[in-house]
Amino acid sequence: MFIKPYGDTSDDGAVQLSFTLPIADCGKAREAARIYVQKLGFKTASIVHAQALSENFTFFVAYAKTDATLDYDKVEYAEAVAKYMTMDAVNEFIKTHFNRKLVIVGACTGTDAHTVGIDAIMNMKGYDHHFGLERYPMIEAYNMGSQVPNERLLARAKEVKADAVLVSQIVTQKDVHLKNLTELIELAEAEGLRGKLLMIVGGPRVDNKLAKELGYDAGFGTGTFAEHVATFVVKKLYDRLTSGK
Amino acid sequence: MTPVKSKLGISRPKVDRARRLAEGIVAPVQEFIEGHTTVTIERATLRLLGADGANADGVPVPNIIASQCGQRLAAGAATVYLNALVKLEKTAPSLNREIEKGLDISGLPLVSPERIREKAAELVKDLDARLAANTERRNARLTQWADKAGSPLIYVIVATGNIYEDVKQAQAAARQGADIVAVIRTTAQSLLDYVPFGPTTEGFGGTYATQENFRIMRAALDEAAEKEGRYIRLVNYCSGLCMPEIAAMGALERLDMMLNDSMYGILFRDINMYRTFTDQHFSRMINAAADIIINTGEDNYLTTSDAVEKAHTVLASQLINEKFAFNAGMPARLMGLGHAFEINPGVKNGFLYEYAQALMAREIFPDHPLKYMPPTKFMTGDIFKGLAMNTLFNFVSKATGQGIHLLGMLTEAIHTPYLQDRHLAIANALYVHNTMADFMGEVEFKKDGIMARRAAQVLDETIEMLAEVKRSGLMNAIETGMFAEIKRPRDGGKGLEGVYEKAQEYYNPVESYLKKKLNIDEKTAA
Repeated sequence: MFIKPYGDTSDDGAVQLSFTLPIADCGKAREAARIYVQKLGFKTASIVHAQALSENFTFFVAYAKTDATLDYDKVEYAEAVAKYMTMDAVNEFIKTHFNRKLVIVGACTGTDAHTVGIDAIMNMKGYDHHFGLERYPMIEAYNMGSQVPNERLLARAKEVKADAVLVSQIVTQKDVHLKNLTELIELAEAEGLRGKLLMIVGGPRVDNKLAKELGYDAGFGTGTFAEHVATFVVKKLYDRLTSGK
Repeated sequence: MTPVKSKLGISRPKVDRARRLAEGIVAPVQEFIEGHTTVTIERATLRLLGADGANADGVPVPNIIASQCGQRLAAGAATVYLNALVKLEKTAPSLNREIEKGLDISGLPLVSPERIREKAAELVKDLDARLAANTERRNARLTQWADKAGSPLIYVIVATGNIYEDVKQAQAAARQGADIVAVIRTTAQSLLDYVPFGPTTEGFGGTYATQENFRIMRAALDEAAEKEGRYIRLVNYCSGLCMPEIAAMGALERLDMMLNDSMYGILFRDINMYRTFTDQHFSRMINAAADIIINTGEDNYLTTSDAVEKAHTVLASQLINEKFAFNAGMPARLMGLGHAFEINPGVKNGFLYEYAQALMAREIFPDHPLKYMPPTKFMTGDIFKGLAMNTLFNFVSKATGQGIHLLGMLTEAIHTPYLQDRHLAIANALYVHNTMADFMGEVEFKKDGIMARRAAQVLDETIEMLAEVKRSGLMNAIETGMFAEIKRPRDGGKGLEGVYEKAQEYYNPVESYLKKKLNIDEKTAA
């Protein structure tokens, strides 16, 4: 199936864009913005709004149409889990298949001071009426908070015999999160922990594909709740358990 | 305090009761504070007496002196520095250069106490003149451009990591209508036990707070202010392990506001509580003496816990922050007590609860320039919904007469703000604030309506919480997780090793100066 953006008619290819150029606002600037949008590959472009942000910067809102189409059937992407379980189902699953509590350690690592992501998944209260892992009776959850060095996270995981490690990366600039995440994986491998641990990463700039590329078991982006992560963990551990038999 | 007729029917006796509880909570902690100093208080003192610079390894001169002092810090580092100035007959800058090169001043034979005191008097006089000149300059500009002052003041953040990029963004924001620019610090700085030296161009999620960076941004905002005919306030972060030193640098370089909370570091940065309580007091004395408005961090309670259920923790913390600030000689007009618009947008009548909470804060703290923080927790990446949420936030802020309005960014939770994100936020706020300019005076609320009942409930829960905290003691309450559901042991966290019981012979001429200037002993005795 070939697809194109839909504005108000099938396949019209309509896209809205906004951006800033480092030039003063004037007629020439708007024309430059229009040409620039065409250079991006759009067939037609119109600048519907221009606003000076300062003497040397102008903000533009543009609408444009594109000819580009995409064969949707050829897109490859695997969700971490196809179907999610509820908190209760996760607990039942652990009781039935593991006969013990599962241990999960989480942290926001590196210099990042934002706990909002790891808290949303781990704290008792959870996020948006989805309870966090601390609330799960069959999960022992340790939330180490923010600015946790990779070494400390792994040391803790070792100490409590964790089944899974959750890493959160919220604020990132100049792709520092990629470096940090790579370091963690390398460290885990060097310490021989990688095979014993599920390693999962979350954050607004993360998805499952990126996580896999970096060597993680799964990645979760914006809109993830604790039960999503929990489902992945129990299913994956169960797979390992049964394939090991 | 200015009496204000409560539109929400808030019980005055109950507010008085809450304030008395906060007083009782703070008193025993204050006693501890008075008897102690910390390594960063001593370094701040040295800075205010003229110690500055760093050695080839980047170790700042105040840190070098503090390590030379070792356990003698308990008697105050000022004596050692003042003695060296007198003994070696040097000015502060030339002594600093010698220390950078390796001179150890801790072993110098002591000159007479009179000569040390004489030197102290001379340097404190210089300090007082510098602070006075800064305050005068700020007030002159604020008066000159009084008609341009926004209400609430529009506060934006820059966070590029590079001070020179920050300058470009800050000047653009000023041009668009921002009244206040905060330079976010690089994410790990709060945990450094020193303040880096010189201009910096590398940081993550923010820019290092250094005295040179303060100077660069101050000059840039002054330049923008002259162009716009509007005073632009500069903000930085007086928190973390170097709270008093950041306060000192800000006072010297005419910052206008400082983020400064009495408990934030303990709860959210795991800094030792003895250290934080002691540091916040000294830093607040400096801020008060330099006429710098503090912003407290109650918004953090709501990003960690549920904003509907835990609304009372915000009011409880505001009252505790108020009392600590008052003990540091700070007048209400410098207390930017914090709170935030963080209720889940899916909650029915959530807007009414936000409105009630903000108005309640306004009525309980009538003379305080309240700092109102935008939605962050439920900003999802849907920038269009985000813009709508920010519009409601702008509405509540104007409708309740908030003082300091930190703008929400439609790209919150995606990236540090783009130039255009800030523009859209400012345009939104200016639109809302103008179109409902006199709204606040036009409305009254239903007696016993949803908002009045909500405010009464939050106040009752606050009193209940404060009573419980008073019973167990503040430090105990923090240890057992009564704030933000975070437990911090009193001997845990970072920086405890830098806390010293003041020795009998403790000498700190800067502290004496601050106390005298702020009439502190008289106030606490009263």
